Amino acid sequence: MASPSSNVPKPGRTLLGFFAVLGILTVIMLLQGQVTPKLGLDLAGGTTVTLTAKTEGGKTPPSSQMDQAVKIINQRVNGLGVSDAEVSKQGTNNIIVSVGGAGQQQVVDTIGKTAKLQFRQVYASGPSTPNGQPLPSATPSASTSGSPSPSATPSGSSKPGAKPSDSSTPRGRAVSGALAAPTPTPSGSGKPSATPSGTPSTTPTTPVDPNAAGQDFSGIDDPAVIKQYQALVCSPNGGPTVPGSNNPALKWVAACDQKAENGQVTKYILGPVRVEGTQVSGANSLPPDPQNNRQSWSVSLKFKGQGTKQFGDVTSDAYKAYQQNPSAPQAQVAIILDGQVVSAPQIREGAITGGTASIDGPADSFTQSYADNLANVLKYGALPLEFQQSSIDEVSSTLGADQLHGGLIAGAIGLGLVVFYCMLYYQGLGLVAVGSLVVAGATTYLSVVILGEGMGFRLTLPHIIGLIVSIGITADSFIVYFERLRDELRAGRTLRPSVENAWKRARRTILVADAVTFIAALVLYFLAVGGVRGFAFAMGLTTLIDVVVVFFFTKPLVALLSRTEFFGRGHRFSGLNRARLRRNGPTPPAARTKSQEA
Amino acid sequence: MAKNSVLSRFYRGELSADIVGRPKIWYSISGLLIIFSLVGLLVQGLNFGVEFKGGSVFTIPAPKGSSITDVRTAVTGGGVHGDPTVQKAGSNWRVTTESLTSTEVAKVKQNVSKDLGVPADKITTQVVGASWGGEISKKAWQALLVFMILIIAYLSVAFEWRMALAAVVALVHDLVITAGVYAWSGFEVTPATLLGFLTILGYSLYDAVVVFDMIKEVTRPLNSSSKITYSEAANQALSSTLVRSLNTSLVAILPVAAILFIGTTLFGAGTLKDLSLSLFVGMIVGTYSSICVATPLLVQLKEREPKYRQLRENIARRESSGKRQAKAAKVAKATAVSDDAVDDVDDVPEDDAPASVTVRKVVQTGPRQQPKKGTRQQRRGK
Repeated sequence: MASPSSNVPKPGRTLLGFFAVLGILTVIMLLQGQVTPKLGLDLAGGTTVTLTAKTEGGKTPPSSQMDQAVKIINQRVNGLGVSDAEVSKQGTNNIIVSVGGAGQQQVVDTIGKTAKLQFRQVYASGPSTPNGQPLPSATPSASTSGSPSPSATPSGSSKPGAKPSDSSTPRGRAVSGALAAPTPTPSGSGKPSATPSGTPSTTPTTPVDPNAAGQDFSGIDDPAVIKQYQALVCSPNGGPTVPGSNNPALKWVAACDQKAENGQVTKYILGPVRVEGTQVSGANSLPPDPQNNRQSWSVSLKFKGQGTKQFGDVTSDAYKAYQQNPSAPQAQVAIILDGQVVSAPQIREGAITGGTASIDGPADSFTQSYADNLANVLKYGALPLEFQQSSIDEVSSTLGADQLHGGLIAGAIGLGLVVFYCMLYYQGLGLVAVGSLVVAGATTYLSVVILGEGMGFRLTLPHIIGLIVSIGITADSFIVYFERLRDELRAGRTLRPSVENAWKRARRTILVADAVTFIAALVLYFLAVGGVRGFAFAMGLTTLIDVVVVFFFTKPLVALLSRTEFFGRGHRFSGLNRARLRRNGPTPPAARTKSQEA
Repeated sequence: MAKNSVLSRFYRGELSADIVGRPKIWYSISGLLIIFSLVGLLVQGLNFGVEFKGGSVFTIPAPKGSSITDVRTAVTGGGVHGDPTVQKAGSNWRVTTESLTSTEVAKVKQNVSKDLGVPADKITTQVVGASWGGEISKKAWQALLVFMILIIAYLSVAFEWRMALAAVVALVHDLVITAGVYAWSGFEVTPATLLGFLTILGYSLYDAVVVFDMIKEVTRPLNSSSKITYSEAANQALSSTLVRSLNTSLVAILPVAAILFIGTTLFGAGTLKDLSLSLFVGMIVGTYSSICVATPLLVQLKEREPKYRQLRENIARRESSGKRQAKAAKVAKATAVSDDAVDDVDDVPEDDAPASVTVRKVVQTGPRQQPKKGTRQQRRGK
């Protein structure tokens, strides 16, 4: 055989490269430890949560609000990945959310969140004593202690296992914790010696004796809230939601921190709402960035125009307070989610006017999945109603295993027919087609398994059928090429140059046609929601695989085979026999019964 | 033998048919199908599944040893049509059915209670909203619209706007007819059906694009002095890609048909049927439309272009002159046979332009000269 001419690429190398990539994919799949694709809700069952709207006096919530809630929950649940979750209204006040896969506790926890976001300036904060057992004193709420990270929550530097003796710190604002008694006595609080750290400029409208709790309540003109605050006992793990704390209309609210930090939960008195969650236009989770002093995962928020200004104002006020007195509680801006404080960063570096904010917290609670879920929930806005989980069930699949097997068997038969037809019509060349189909099938399988792990892609029965059908459609590309090749041969050219000439012509057709399908997949993926999105994902995937297989498998294989004697000489069963392709060819393939090559 | 020769021609890729030449046949067939479909959609409407319009949900405490089939039988035995979704949720069975009236609900409860031995008052019923509600459908429509615009833009760049228009018309044609089949047959439209429709979207265009690519290639060398019109060239292209079209359609339809017929007979209705049926209908219509609707439409649009109109006129003139020549040749033959014929022919021009040789010459040679003039002018112009 002659050496390949210069413009002919080296098909052997391409093929080797292709199989190397397939091998790498297989290794990745094996390393992931998951060798079968994840199945969707219809095939494998999943988790169903019933969310019941909380209304005053058990009234029926307005159906428009329920529909709105369904819409938002749908966006949230589908924002988590390409899983086909189902969200539907049941009865008048329930929303049923079904997610594929068992044990989706975290998903379930986040999607039902109201996710009402508020930004308020902190006016007072202090540690809460868990469970109403008054410790004599708590540690100072040391947001004021000089060296927190920019976003440190007020309790950030408090010591675990606070002991009464700690209260002798000179920093003041040592709080006697929440006592059961309405008027807390400074029993164990050591020396509340320090002067109140409030800004002198604000004149307390309600004179509160700072010595009562060693705390400055200057500027707070609602004695009820102060009482509420003083009586407030946060639960040891964070929370609970203090009544009224989720109401943006209230000027003053008391609230608990969402998480315990170093064994302590901080409680706050917060000023009026400065920015509302409706002003958030986008949210993303960001990985830790130790170089910029961000130890945990965080959620970055982007504000709309008005929100940008409002956030600029509140941070500017906080920064002023910080400049006057670095330990002033007003230097902190609290981020309140569903009535609990997620974080209350101190504004130490000037007003934030860029229209972005970030929420972070201690690294042990701000994990990647927490940040992802929080960003996802914030992105789609707050629910118009509050919901509580009334039940969580593991649900069985809606389709029996028989449907899956049936689909697979029928699909296999169908693909078998395709193979049979290709062999009959293209004979030797049919082998290439069959090989390509097998390779396309294998690539699809590998991709689905790997992506199932990485993107939360779960196969439903429609996906599986869609994939089988797509593999059938993949054959289209081979046929376009084969027909071009045969056109060249019919025109009387020899095989070797025809392989390249036909490829040049077929390549454009294949690319243009696949581009159309790919555009369809992209548009549906980015614009549609729910099940359509998962399907579009599968469609785009198979289109890409089609192009990859034709370029890096089918064509090199044909080029390689054209060098063999069987194909190169145009054996009568090679499917490339010039004499048979032309007008005066002998009997058609259907009439032939016995094989002469055997 | 005749059969063999068709197969043999198929193998050699020589199937051809004058599809472009008779657009009216195809347009009337498609027009009728579309009207039929639209009437079906308006009169019958689509039969949307529970996922789209909501329904009733029964929560039944699961008795020991009850299987999905038991529950399904019990529910359908109570007069529920279609294919209720049966799920086990915790220790309950959750059955979603179509929307039922209160009497129907009572009947189902009674039947389930009897069949499964569960007290009727333990079975709860609630109205369930659409899980594929307005939002998903609205977004899907939006996506479809954006897709159409993008595709027209893309094909206008890759090919030209006429091809984009023809391809999209064929696509709408396919979707309307497939929907019409669903309307008339009363098959339930489920999410799986919708996904089938979306697949057709890609497939129908894919087919049209491959045909157009061939037409573009074949018609590229055409100019005003070519020997064939755009229509003829397009028909040639279509014929040469016909085998490919039929092959690929067959290859794509084979798995779908297998799933539809084998899957449905073995496992009854359900997702398998919903998806494969819409694919099956859509693919057949899609193949038909890419050959018989998109291409003739494209050809009609192209023939309006001045360039190709000119070409057609030129060829027509050449042809008519050619006919004259042929006629003359015939006449010449005839002259040899009979003198009368010669007289007849000779007499005619003489009657038209009596007694003037020059005038007669103009009349005789005029038609022959005109096309020549035309081509010369064109050549000069270029």
